[in-house]
Amino acid sequence: MTDANDLRRRTRELLAAHPPATTDRKAFLEARFDAGLAWVHFPEGLGGLGLPRTLQSVVEAELAAAGAPDNDPRRIGIGLGMAAPTILQYGTEEQKRRFLRPLWLGEEVWCQLFSEPGAGSDLAALGTRAVKDGDTWVVNGQKVWTSSAHLARWAILIARTDPDVPKHRGITYFVCDMTDPGVEVRPLRQITGEAEFNEVFLSDVRIPDAHRLGEVGDGWRVAQTTLNNERVAIGGSPIPREGGMIGKVAATWRDRPDLRTHDLHQRLLDLWVEAEAARLTGARLRQQLVAGQPGPEGAGMKLSFARLNQQISGLEVELLGEEGLLYEDWTMVRPEQVNFTGRDAGYRYLRSKGNSIEGGTSEVLLNIVAERVLGLPAEPRTDKDVAWKDLAR
Amino acid sequence: MSAPATTPDLLYSQEEEDLRAAVRDLLADRCDAASVIARTESGEPHDRTLWKSLAEDMGLAGLLVPEERGGQGASHREAAVVLEELGRAVAPVPYLTSAVVATEALLACSGEEADRLLAALASGRTLGVLAVPLHTAPGAAVPTARVEAGALHGAFTGVADAQVADVLLVPGEDGALYAVDTTAGGVTVDPRVSFDLTRPVAAVTLDGAAARKVAGGAPEAVARALRAGAGLLASEQLGVAEQVLTETVGYLKERKQFNRQVGGFQAIKHRLARIWLDVVNLRAVARAAADALATGSEDAPTAVAVAQVFASRVAVHATEEAVQLHGGIGMTWEHPTHLHLKRAKVDSLAYGTAGRHKERLAELVDLRAPLA
Repeated sequence: MTDANDLRRRTRELLAAHPPATTDRKAFLEARFDAGLAWVHFPEGLGGLGLPRTLQSVVEAELAAAGAPDNDPRRIGIGLGMAAPTILQYGTEEQKRRFLRPLWLGEEVWCQLFSEPGAGSDLAALGTRAVKDGDTWVVNGQKVWTSSAHLARWAILIARTDPDVPKHRGITYFVCDMTDPGVEVRPLRQITGEAEFNEVFLSDVRIPDAHRLGEVGDGWRVAQTTLNNERVAIGGSPIPREGGMIGKVAATWRDRPDLRTHDLHQRLLDLWVEAEAARLTGARLRQQLVAGQPGPEGAGMKLSFARLNQQISGLEVELLGEEGLLYEDWTMVRPEQVNFTGRDAGYRYLRSKGNSIEGGTSEVLLNIVAERVLGLPAEPRTDKDVAWKDLAR
Repeated sequence: MSAPATTPDLLYSQEEEDLRAAVRDLLADRCDAASVIARTESGEPHDRTLWKSLAEDMGLAGLLVPEERGGQGASHREAAVVLEELGRAVAPVPYLTSAVVATEALLACSGEEADRLLAALASGRTLGVLAVPLHTAPGAAVPTARVEAGALHGAFTGVADAQVADVLLVPGEDGALYAVDTTAGGVTVDPRVSFDLTRPVAAVTLDGAAARKVAGGAPEAVARALRAGAGLLASEQLGVAEQVLTETVGYLKERKQFNRQVGGFQAIKHRLARIWLDVVNLRAVARAAADALATGSEDAPTAVAVAQVFASRVAVHATEEAVQLHGGIGMTWEHPTHLHLKRAKVDSLAYGTAGRHKERLAELVDLRAPLA
């Protein structure tokens, strides 16, 4: 554990040189990044020390104990979780130096321009076009389900650069400047009343070739890095019992004996057990990762999480009786971040409907488990050898 | 609400994996499905030879018993691994009843008779069962024997593996736990036609049977025994569910209809993926229960209740799906899936149904029933 001890020492030195109580937040975060303690698995000079990712928890524990400010990771989740690992793997040295530091500091918010109205689960069918014009690419198309687009300085974008080859092969990955005059962001109102996401219209947006990530036509492979990192957020502290949505309904159950019925009681206990099982599975997955034995179990976690959130919040609306007839607020707002367990039960019920759609629908995830974990035959494919321009749409 | 102070160790140690491999090898060699099916209708539903190998040769009957009391000094974690493998094979051996439940009852007792019996059960040469109906939940009231001049009278039904037992552990109406040799006069063990022929139940009648007092505190000993049984049963259920999933996936990769592998149809892939997810979750809750029992955690009652509520649903569902997804062949006596289906269904009653465990859980985690 010399690495862990060394990290602990480095973190304490950072805290000693820049005491959180008397240091400006921005200055502290800059010092932390430059000390390689931002993300220890990143290389030296880019906010890291080239250490195993699991050691990040050593730094976080020391910083939390000292009351140090953080970079508000929920606000910049797409940058941290998706853009950064992709830039690290495929970016040029210049791109890494330009983008990673302000990304981690939260000075520049990132969003993701992947999904389109005609390309959801079949993302590789996307139709946004990028056409080369000298040293720049001219981009036209429409993206959707873009959270943080109205706040973002940069976007990771995939666009079609060659319509004459099968769909997976004609895609290129770019960094798109969201301040370009051809970028128009419109709020997309959801069933909750708020607009957590946006539609993004791209009209003759000009992207310098220097902002391409990876090779021309290799964008699908680059995008796999982004998508594989979407749910890697393992680590940190284990979730306590009743840590998620089940805690809300359990608290209501205890506080409001007047609302209880026998039917709800049985269903609540069933869901409590299912939530505890999912929690233990997450804990076991974490133990496997720490022990260096990663298993395929992670593939199922999102399936459990989506179903449980939906069933638990649905039960909660029923439990509330007359209050279940009401809703906190339908006003269209554009929240800076989403909170699945926030607001009232009605909101939780509606928002959780998205949990089985966003980041891979439950149906697609079941296919992935069946094919990659159980080794069952892949879905019949009629699109693999057909040029994108000839696909049915 | 009580919360566990620390996260249980949910992994398998290298020693546990080695133990699993040894048990699996033995069962692959000696407990194939065809012979298990053939045995169910023979006069000897239990496989005494296999038991001898597991218990005497490998020393597995004494895993829960400390070395100073004649056992191996291992824990519930290792016994759980053994049960996973026995469940996988639906092995007709009285491991759960003798080496876990009866043994655990004796571990709650001290004194010469308890020590003597404990060492005998740990050796595997003596088989003991608790004279309590298999479906009794931990903490539930149990029938007791009338005690008259050192002899016992009473009727006990639904006693699993009684027909192969050498000694019965019988709760007396005086609150003491008694040991009765099945060869003693006044003891009748009447095998019943059982739903699970690999763990058959019998009706036991005691009519002035000679008994030795093991210890006082029978209700506590019985509750402890049933709790350990319920907790480790989840590992057996895990083995059952995992095995039918493996079998079904393998079969559906081979089976072709409509000029395709049947396992390639999405309706079927999704069902199998959901079973896989259930099994993944079951492994976590079963390990949590075994670890809580092994460490004597204060959270053990909750971990056991969670494991039983979850495991019963999953094992029954997985085996029911296995029958359906095998199509006609799954309905045949020759195909082993019915062994797993019957075991899973009876396991869902054993040591308390999910409903019983939910009632207990409601108290443990303070999610109380409606007042009226």
